[in-house]
Amino acid sequence: MINFGSGSTVIKSKLISKRMFLLTSAKAIVFLGIFGRLVSLQINEATKYKTLSDKNRFREWKLAPERGVIRDFFNKEIASNKKVYQLHITPENSPNLERLFIRLKSLLNLSDKRIFYLKRKMAKQKPWEPIVVSDNLTWSEFSRINLFLHELQGVEPIVSVARIYPDQSTAHLVGYVSEASAKDLQRKSYIRDMSVAGISVGKTGLEQKLDKEIIGKVGFQRYEVNAYGKRVRQIQVDTGQAGKNYKTTIDLEVQRFAAEILGDKAASACVMDIYNGDVISMVSSPSFNPNAFVHGIEKKYWQELINNEKKPLNNKSISGLYPPGSTIKTIVALSALENDVWNPKKYLICTGKTELYGEKFHCWKKKGHGTLNMRTAIQRSCDVYFYEVARLLGVDRLSETAKKFGLGSKLFEGFIEERSGVVPNTKWKRKFIGKNWYLGETLHSGIGQGYFQSTPMQLCLMTAQIANGGFKLKPRIISDGNNNKLKEYIDYKNANPNDPLPLDLLVANFDLKPLFRNQENINFVKDAMYASTNEVGGTSYASRFTNQKFMFAGKTGSSQIKKFTELQRELEVKQEQLDYKDRDHALFVAFAPYKDPKYAISVVVEHGGSGSKAAAPIAKKIIKKVLERDSLRETMKNKIGENV
Amino acid sequence: MFQPRSIQSNLSFKDKIVSMDFVLIFSILAIGIISMFAMYSTDGGEFKYHTRSHIIRFIIFFILFLILSFFQIRFWHKTSTLIYLSCFILLLGVKYFGLTSQGSQRWLNFYFMNLQPSELMKIALILFLSKYYHRISTQDVNKIKFLFLPILALVAPVLLVVAQPDLGTSILIALGGIVVAWLAGVSVKFFSYASILFISLMPIAISFLKPYQKARILTFLNPDRDPLGAGYQIIQSKIAIGSGGLFGKGFLNGSQSYLDYLPEKHTDFIFTLFSEEFGFFGSLLILMLYSLIIHRIVKIGHETRSTFGKLYCFSFATAFFFYVAVNMGMVLGLLPIVGAPLPILSYGGSSMMAIMIGLGIAMSCKIYKDTPVN
Repeated sequence: MINFGSGSTVIKSKLISKRMFLLTSAKAIVFLGIFGRLVSLQINEATKYKTLSDKNRFREWKLAPERGVIRDFFNKEIASNKKVYQLHITPENSPNLERLFIRLKSLLNLSDKRIFYLKRKMAKQKPWEPIVVSDNLTWSEFSRINLFLHELQGVEPIVSVARIYPDQSTAHLVGYVSEASAKDLQRKSYIRDMSVAGISVGKTGLEQKLDKEIIGKVGFQRYEVNAYGKRVRQIQVDTGQAGKNYKTTIDLEVQRFAAEILGDKAASACVMDIYNGDVISMVSSPSFNPNAFVHGIEKKYWQELINNEKKPLNNKSISGLYPPGSTIKTIVALSALENDVWNPKKYLICTGKTELYGEKFHCWKKKGHGTLNMRTAIQRSCDVYFYEVARLLGVDRLSETAKKFGLGSKLFEGFIEERSGVVPNTKWKRKFIGKNWYLGETLHSGIGQGYFQSTPMQLCLMTAQIANGGFKLKPRIISDGNNNKLKEYIDYKNANPNDPLPLDLLVANFDLKPLFRNQENINFVKDAMYASTNEVGGTSYASRFTNQKFMFAGKTGSSQIKKFTELQRELEVKQEQLDYKDRDHALFVAFAPYKDPKYAISVVVEHGGSGSKAAAPIAKKIIKKVLERDSLRETMKNKIGENV
Repeated sequence: MFQPRSIQSNLSFKDKIVSMDFVLIFSILAIGIISMFAMYSTDGGEFKYHTRSHIIRFIIFFILFLILSFFQIRFWHKTSTLIYLSCFILLLGVKYFGLTSQGSQRWLNFYFMNLQPSELMKIALILFLSKYYHRISTQDVNKIKFLFLPILALVAPVLLVVAQPDLGTSILIALGGIVVAWLAGVSVKFFSYASILFISLMPIAISFLKPYQKARILTFLNPDRDPLGAGYQIIQSKIAIGSGGLFGKGFLNGSQSYLDYLPEKHTDFIFTLFSEEFGFFGSLLILMLYSLIIHRIVKIGHETRSTFGKLYCFSFATAFFFYVAVNMGMVLGLLPIVGAPLPILSYGGSSMMAIMIGLGIAMSCKIYKDTPVN
């Protein structure tokens, strides 16, 4: 058919070769294209793809850091961490989740609701992300799980740490932690960066205030994972950083003692060092169990707390607002003297009531106190006398002095629950109530009633600043070494009684801020408070100490909740006969020891009746306790001084 | 101009050995050895099933390649129709008795191996068409009546393979056939007609595609369309190759494949694995070895006197080029994922067998380059 050597074969051969040449050129171009692609992927974009490959390979699991420990002044822990047993499930490791849950339900007593919640949570996240089934197993549950572990694929029993509060007396002060809510994430940017599932954040008190520092730094475990997300091997571990530890100025011993004495009364007790502003005790009662919040509070307990009329969750020391009552008389007297509107020797006759523009103003003592000067007026807490002082003083000058001594503003930074209270004046009333001030209201203000609102801690600070001779204090709860300038100044003054420097220059040397114009006025008030407690007829005479070591000077106060009706006044209704809700708040402020003052105290008992009967006896016991521990505290202070 | 037949028949065994193309043999061996290491790596650095059976297959088929090299070119010419028909029957057999795996029916169970006749058809079609165009004179090539048989011979198996469904292999079969026709001198105008016809039939053809095949084509056009679904393979393959960089991550250190991010790493994506572990230079080595093989086959084609030999070698070389280009284009994200193995390197008995047979025939063209076909 075809002959070799024929022309046609040659032509054919040439044609084939020609066409093959075209193909070969095309091939070369295509291979060049592939070559170019390799250059672009493996040389030009290698870095990008290496990053992508690492992103594929590595996955990080965040580790919640351990919270810092909060200690009292004597290094006793008031918020620490304990080992807890947790149960995690990694959905992808479990062959049959339904069966697993049924099994766990019988082992752990899980509610159907909880299981439903867990399943919904599981559906939202990646199958390799573990979810926390229970974050606080009892030991028996934990060992039961371990016993049946071979049947429970996908389950991981984990030993972790959780917050524990050893003492309930510090519940309000320290606050509590709980799982971060959506709101927390919104408000606190540092938590957002952490994004560890189930991380606990401070909700109230110090836990909330110090949260950013105390929470620590998140660690991570970096694993190499395969395409299905299964961990192949651990590459890197960063254990993170435990949060900062804090030492407070609180004396847990005093705190506990005070809490015990307050019992289940709705009350507050604050103790402060009058030289450096250290808060030694800040108790609010009744208390609650902060540990109940750590793993999610039970509804029943929550309802119980919320419905309790004594408001156990409320930190009364800084967020409870009470009219200061007669305790304000110290400030009224001081203000009047400082403004030269009153002479302390001025006598007035108290007949039990006075009248202004036809309105009657009563003294607490129906029969009246008779003739009094200012010292006896403070000693016996005469209202009529102070109506007159206040009338002459005027509310604006009074409010100025009151504010100077710490009323009407927040004392600490960062406590979301703290309230500032009210020191009324004419401007304030116009701004917040929109009405003009009446002179009658000045009279009410003069005995700490009416619009006046203050927290127990503010009253404690006020007393401390009177007790220390009238120098400004910055109250503190976190112990930060030394701040004993006032003490240094007093020591210096005692050593050099004849220092020629005028007082204002002298205090400037010690970086102190005096709150007075004439220190004699402060001393007058202190003396009057001494009389109130230690001289016959004083309102807190019954609670006095005869021992010089414990001798204190105080001022009672009873703040009215409801105005007495004329009928009640006629019938001489006793506080005990009133409904609990209608009884007066009982207040007492004091400083001790009188001779060489060191501590100031304020006690407020809600609806306690009268300050002398309900508050002063409590203060007396606490003062004794504080003074007994004074030498210990001094030793501790010196130790800290050495460290610094 | 040509040697008398008697001289050709008298080639001694030594002459035959000497006239073999050793560069080609060396290149095949080199690829083969590389493939063993690559397979070892896909097994996670252990000597497991894939590695073992790949090595056994390579040895067996390499020997087969050597044996086939000594078959007379005349034998191939004579039996090519028979070979084509046998493959066609096997393809029909697949349709009725074939094994189904991952949704496509491609294999016949022969106890000692699962044969994929579509792979053999790649070679058989080239062989058959080479013989066909060997007979037809240049003047007759473009006569309509001589176009019927080649079109039928090409379309019938391609349709069978498409129906399996196996888009990749059917494209490669078709390309092989088209190349023979092109080389034989079929007029450009017929190719244009065919393309126009093909393009106009495309919409209809697409409606017959399986959903996953449609997805693959759409994904090729935009891999980010569905990064965890159909686009996953392309993206992960590009990450693997790109992250290899210049020198690669090192043997057995390809994290992308080791951690199962790479799909089909034994078969279609073996180049990706190698490229990740040995980097740009490794990829270049493979590309060069394949170019060398193609070049040597083309060279044989030039040396062979018979039209049959020439057509076969040129077509096979071009088909071989297509196998390489389609596979690499695919894993480099230049072409849609159609499922085409890389010659010799990819795991798969039938593909290896077909390639080795193809190479054997090419080698026999070399040994008997001066022997007339009939």
